[in-house]
Amino acid sequence: MTSVLVCVKRVVDSSSEVVLTDDGQAVDGRYAGFTMSAHEECAVELAVQIGDARVVTLGDADAVEQLRAALAVGCTAATHVVADPQTFGPADVARELAAVVREHDHDLVLLGNDAADSGDFQVGIRLAYELGWPVVNGVATVSVQDGTIVADGAGPNGHETYRLPLPAVVTVLEGGVEPRYPTVPGRMKAKKVPIDERQPTAEPAGPGRVRLLLPPPAPSDVQVLGKGAEAAPAVVDLFERLGVLAR
Amino acid sequence: MIVVLVETDLSGAAVEVSREAVTFARSLSDAGGGVPIDAVVVGEPSAALVDQLAAYGVRDVHALTGEAFDSFAGAAWASGVLGVRTAKNAVVVMAAGTPRGNEVMAHVAARAGVAMAANVLSFSGLSPFTVTRQVVGGAALEEMRLADRPAVFTVAGHAVEAAPAAAAGGAHVVVERPDVDPADLVARVVSTQAPEPDLSGSLKSAKVVVGAGRGAGSADGFADLLELTELLDGSLGVSRVVTSLGWRPHHEQVGQTGSRISPDLYIPCGISGAIQHWAGCSSAKAILAINTDAEAPMVTKATYAVIGDLHEVVPAINAEIRRRRAG
Ligand SMILES: Cc1cc2nc3c(=O)[nH]c(=O)nc-3n(C[C@H](O)[C@H](O)[C@H](O)COP(=O)(O)OP(=O)(O)OC[C@H]3O[C@@H](n4cnc5c(N)ncnc54)[C@H](O)[C@@H]3O)c2cc1C
Ligand SMILES: Nc1ncnc2c1ncn2[C@@H]1O[C@H](COP(=O)(O)O)[C@@H](O)[C@H]1O
Repeated sequence: MTSVLVCVKRVVDSSSEVVLTDDGQAVDGRYAGFTMSAHEECAVELAVQIGDARVVTLGDADAVEQLRAALAVGCTAATHVVADPQTFGPADVARELAAVVREHDHDLVLLGNDAADSGDFQVGIRLAYELGWPVVNGVATVSVQDGTIVADGAGPNGHETYRLPLPAVVTVLEGGVEPRYPTVPGRMKAKKVPIDERQPTAEPAGPGRVRLLLPPPAPSDVQVLGKGAEAAPAVVDLFERLGVLAR
Repeated sequence: MIVVLVETDLSGAAVEVSREAVTFARSLSDAGGGVPIDAVVVGEPSAALVDQLAAYGVRDVHALTGEAFDSFAGAAWASGVLGVRTAKNAVVVMAAGTPRGNEVMAHVAARAGVAMAANVLSFSGLSPFTVTRQVVGGAALEEMRLADRPAVFTVAGHAVEAAPAAAAGGAHVVVERPDVDPADLVARVVSTQAPEPDLSGSLKSAKVVVGAGRGAGSADGFADLLELTELLDGSLGVSRVVTSLGWRPHHEQVGQTGSRISPDLYIPCGISGAIQHWAGCSSAKAILAINTDAEAPMVTKATYAVIGDLHEVVPAINAEIRRRRAG
């Protein structure tokens, strides 16, 4: 059975309002909801479909929530590298993930294409170079048959297929699979799985961040034409005024 | 020297976002006292591409050729780009913030052992080289220092407007046939199927665009929106959620990783107005947002809005248009 490592990151839910810490170094978690990105939910789903899956995160104590979520949908083991992810750059994260891969002899690593907060688009690729493995980036589906990976995704000129032997790193974009919901027994089981906690192997070099900023709020001078279906005549009046009604 | 990876479409022309990246490179070059800009393209460039790059002020066009470049492999492309960078001792290596651009630049950065900044909007200083980029799905910006050489980054789609240079460059073609390590070809596209026809031309030139987002609800939720599109003789444009979920084809996507539109009227229905979507529609002359949420960014940024369920509002608009036509 393929031994898979799937990498998830606890991130702020950016659909809620984003507030920064006073030093501008991070999003203020006190006002935010937390989640893992849709890409990573799909990576977890693919991991449990493919084989025996361990989930790993590098994050603070609260990131256990994301590990439990992955355990609840079928991952069988979890590693928690306990560290403040804000002080880790993509190369730092890749080095820590590589240590976990080596320790457990995984032959496939799945990640998201990009993290929903830092959006660096590179941890998977850097991890592949750490391991000396090939990397397929931004695919929607992955399967393994007889030691061969088949991965599919949308390319600029059509639907693309990759085929390559294990071991490899693959980064996943949402859309190819429907992540399953955790069942009640799944959640109960997840609570009992021991989480392998560890410290980072080295001091992080950091992300090169000077500071975070919020984009200036756009002034609004929207003219509300109405609510619901009753607005239709006002809308069509507008179309007539703008001269956009086809004849 | 600045090296820009330029992507081409099926007709062999430079894609708009790559022309934007070259435009960005020019402002960097100007700030740096006229550092030359070289392009890297994959495959033999057409005469039209060379003319296009000359107009954008490119000095040399390095064409990566050979069997290794017949189908996409991120590591192989990166090794080709790095070959050019090393030969010319480039201080900057950059690309557009497309899936390919981000992927190849990440390989370049990992191989060179330097940092990479994805989705850069602007730069604010040369020494230290400081860029501002999109993070948290566009809800926040990050100022980031790129201390390493080469500085490696991608430019967010539509962060700048693509514009030819005041003075054309030579665009001298240099055919490169780099030796590619077989290990860099293990993860390689082995087949590409049924290219989606690129029908985005009509979207980009449409006078009216009806937009549809997650609020459409499902692949079956587009009938009324398509009818409205037809009644207005317009085009349908969608959010990335809609294309990711496979509800509509990619060529209909509006935004940073889709088309940039500039219609007289844009009617986004059930689209929240994330910054990456806004990047593609901000040059519409007027926007009429239809959304259940009066606080959605698309509504607050719009010219006009109707607050309500698109599945009620749009059929009512269609019926009103038909009624006035009949009468
Ligand atoms: C690097 C990068 C590039 C990206 N590029 C693009 C891009 O090119 N284009 C793009 O669009 N996105 C892009 N995105 C994604 C973008 O951040 C948003 O996730 C996306 O635009 C949201 O799509 P949406 O508005 O359809 O969905 P949501 O954000 O989920 O919004 C749905 C909206 O519909 C409303 N709604 C729900 N039901 C109804 C109803 N029945 N009637 C009326 N309104 C309803 C809701 O109030 C909400 O405002 C990119 C993201 C990243 C990180
Ligand atoms: N702190 C982290 N812990 C575990 N996985 C991570 C972490 N940061 C990034 N990743 C993985 O790497 C992917 C790409 O992240 P990034 O390169 O930061 O955009 C994410 O989708 C995750 O799968």
